[in-house]
Amino acid sequence: MDGNPTAAATPVISAHGLHKWYSGVHALRGVSLDIRQGEALGLVGDNGAGKSTLISILSGLHAPDSGEVRVEGRPVRMRGPRDAMDLGIETIYQYNSMVPTMTIARNLFIGREPLKARIGRFGILDERRMRAESVAAIADVGLHLRSPDALVGELSGGQRQGVAIARALYFKSKVLILDEPTNHLSVKETAKVIQFVRSLSAQGVTCIFISHNLQHVFASCDRIVAMAHGEIVLDRPAGETSPEDIQTVL
Amino acid sequence: MRRLLKRSLQKPELAATLLLILLVVVFQILSNGFFLSEANLRGFLGLMPEMALVATGVTLLMICGEFDLSVGSVFALMPMTMAVLMTQGWPFLPAMTAGLLLCVVIGFLNGWLTIRFAIPSFITTLGMLFMARSLTVVVSGGFPPRLNMEAIPASLFVAFVGPGSLVRASFLWFLAIALLMGFLLGRTNFGNWVRATGGFLPAAQAMGIPTARVKITAFIICSVLAGFAGMIQVMRLGSPLPSAGEGLELQAVAAAVIGGTSLWGGIGSILGGIIGAVLIRVIDNGLVLSQVDGSWFKFAIGALTILAVIGNSWLRKRGQAMKISEH
Repeated sequence: MDGNPTAAATPVISAHGLHKWYSGVHALRGVSLDIRQGEALGLVGDNGAGKSTLISILSGLHAPDSGEVRVEGRPVRMRGPRDAMDLGIETIYQYNSMVPTMTIARNLFIGREPLKARIGRFGILDERRMRAESVAAIADVGLHLRSPDALVGELSGGQRQGVAIARALYFKSKVLILDEPTNHLSVKETAKVIQFVRSLSAQGVTCIFISHNLQHVFASCDRIVAMAHGEIVLDRPAGETSPEDIQTVL
Repeated sequence: MRRLLKRSLQKPELAATLLLILLVVVFQILSNGFFLSEANLRGFLGLMPEMALVATGVTLLMICGEFDLSVGSVFALMPMTMAVLMTQGWPFLPAMTAGLLLCVVIGFLNGWLTIRFAIPSFITTLGMLFMARSLTVVVSGGFPPRLNMEAIPASLFVAFVGPGSLVRASFLWFLAIALLMGFLLGRTNFGNWVRATGGFLPAAQAMGIPTARVKITAFIICSVLAGFAGMIQVMRLGSPLPSAGEGLELQAVAAAVIGGTSLWGGIGSILGGIIGAVLIRVIDNGLVLSQVDGSWFKFAIGALTILAVIGNSWLRKRGQAMKISEH
């Protein structure tokens, strides 16, 4: 897709020639990928195909052994998830994006708490603002929860994904990476998550949707990228490919 | 109304608070009204801060998802170090500072070893329990030094103060520290990080919280509070004993757990840990006053621990299951 003349704007994320070895395993073999703003990209592939490695590089968890990542045209070196978040890239993992023993309001602001008074990095929480804005942020994604003081552990899996997406949108994330967001969800909740993803592109938010489930990917994405053995083996608009095509290349 | 009830059912310290009220009433009756008398309260409040300070630190650390079994040994090592330095001519303030710095080092080591080598803190601090206890004996040289009480501003720590001389200065230290810790955990972003780190580590990491530093800080706070508590006890008694604080680590864990702190981290409150510590002291004191054979003390603590945990989880489940209408 490099140098596509129709892509007028700079890609929001541009990865070039990424390589990564894990204890002798060549997990990524020169992956290059341009992601345009507002795109809903479905990333598919079997276990060990390199999806997770690619995602962990884009979300700042690991650094590539070689290759470059550009965010809105600028080369970046991310030293941790926080750097990625500050660049506007937020990752929502299947299980581990929420602390079940904490309230919704507290979860929404973990690591980015609004403070009333501060000394350096530390300070007093602005709890009123946390509660008010978490209610508003959650309502913005069309989720209606009874109270910002409810524990996240009391929410259903779909509601948790909704809160995680609300959190990413509240912090004006430009790119949302969803790692297997529909695993272990009921049919109804899966539909809800797919609807969330579709509404993201409408708001100009770029979304990378990783899933084993090709139906879910085709239902929510407009571009499909398939990986196998650490390489990209297929990259097409969703309308020009089918789950059958993908099965054959994987 | 129901929402209020649900919230309070989910308060971690609820079961312990109810038990505390019950036991105070029972002991008040069994001791023919002596339990809540001024004389007994004075004695009780004089001893209570020592254990409650240790429990405060252990509670914070447990909420952060880690254990510290070395607090009993640190409780003895800190004042022993201070006393030995003072017998060698050090003034009080530098000796105390040195003692507290030693606690910082131990807390740091506990945390750093646990995280660096990814081993359970149960093991790290069990090792530290033995090492710190051994160091205490080594430092004392077998002959516990007597503290020169004239060189110590004891009035700042153990003198009776306040209206009717009801409490010792140590109680005020305890109160200030407990309020500070409660504030830190409940109202600051650091507290939020502690809860997130203990509640679900992968999420805390994914959200960019420096979890290793948060944990190490909690280990250090725990160690320093244990050492400080030990110092207060030694000032009260006048001499540091190499055996001080033996078994205290388990009582502190019991206090935290009785007060609603989860063994898996994330859940608990400083107030709960303190109520747990007070409960243990109340049982100790109340059994004596009720003329029950003192050998039953540990039995009572054990039964209480189990009872409180069952009570806590039952109440929490009731709270969670409680449905609140939408508006």
